[in-house]
Amino acid sequence: MTDIDKIAHAFISALPHAAAMGMQITSIGDGVVVMTMPWDARFVGDPATGVLHGGAVSSLLDTASGAAVMCHPAAPVSTATLDLRIDYFRPATPRQTITARAECYHVTRSVAFVRVTATDEDATRPVAAATGAFTLDRPRGLT
Amino acid sequence: MTRAKPEPVQVIKHRRDAALKALTAGVPFIQYLGIQFDRRGDELTAILPFDPKLIGNPVLPALHGGVTASFLEVAAIIELAWSTLWEGMEQGQIDPAEIGTSPLHLPKTIDFTVDYLRSGLPRDAYARARVNRSGRRYASVHVEAWQDNRSRLFAQGTGHFLMPGE
Repeated sequence: MTDIDKIAHAFISALPHAAAMGMQITSIGDGVVVMTMPWDARFVGDPATGVLHGGAVSSLLDTASGAAVMCHPAAPVSTATLDLRIDYFRPATPRQTITARAECYHVTRSVAFVRVTATDEDATRPVAAATGAFTLDRPRGLT
Repeated sequence: MTRAKPEPVQVIKHRRDAALKALTAGVPFIQYLGIQFDRRGDELTAILPFDPKLIGNPVLPALHGGVTASFLEVAAIIELAWSTLWEGMEQGQIDPAEIGTSPLHLPKTIDFTVDYLRSGLPRDAYARARVNRSGRRYASVHVEAWQDNRSRLFAQGTGHFLMPGE
């Protein structure tokens, strides 16, 4: 395992909910994170079609966004979601893995701003997108 | 003229509870999170019993933001579907016995905004939703969630939904 893999693995396994939902980081660095969540029958919102529940996608978007804040060069020691607005574009195709790409594109002394997009295996047509504001706790002595 | 004898209360309660159960029991994600609904007349309270798998930050510890968002969204969708169902049921247009037999047509989320007011504690959480506007095609729903004190919300949300059949 590379250092990044180790950090990514440690990050996910420290979040019980993210680990329980099978989320995995595929790339991380400089405020940008790519994270996946496999389709799972337990996360379905519409049993007639097998489409994932919006809340399951929201969980992935929120986790990826938080991870993007944590890997920003400002090197925060912790973060928490202040606000998240999610737009749902289309139903996620059943049995396909969802991939979220989150970017922490601006930080102030105490707030981080993130945008994130989710796709299924058709990466050209996003399933959902969100923008969020997160708290940013900087290391002591650097504020 | 003699008035029709009112239905026995147990019959009415059973019908309403069965309709509510049909609405929620078939959704795997609601069962995965363990969300339950308490009904008082037409008023619903969503309940999220605490479970260690719902934790996002183990240091605090706090509920995962995604769990909070999911809980609010589930509460909003079920309230919206329930309020439509209730009207149809009271007017005799919907036969509650048929609700569980055909595929559910729940409202679809267009967008959902979550306002995280304080961290979710490792305790049970409650939510109530209010349908602010429900048209033929679109609906707007607000939802509030709390834990120990009803007046100290830990999160609130607003969402827009596409009504089924459109």
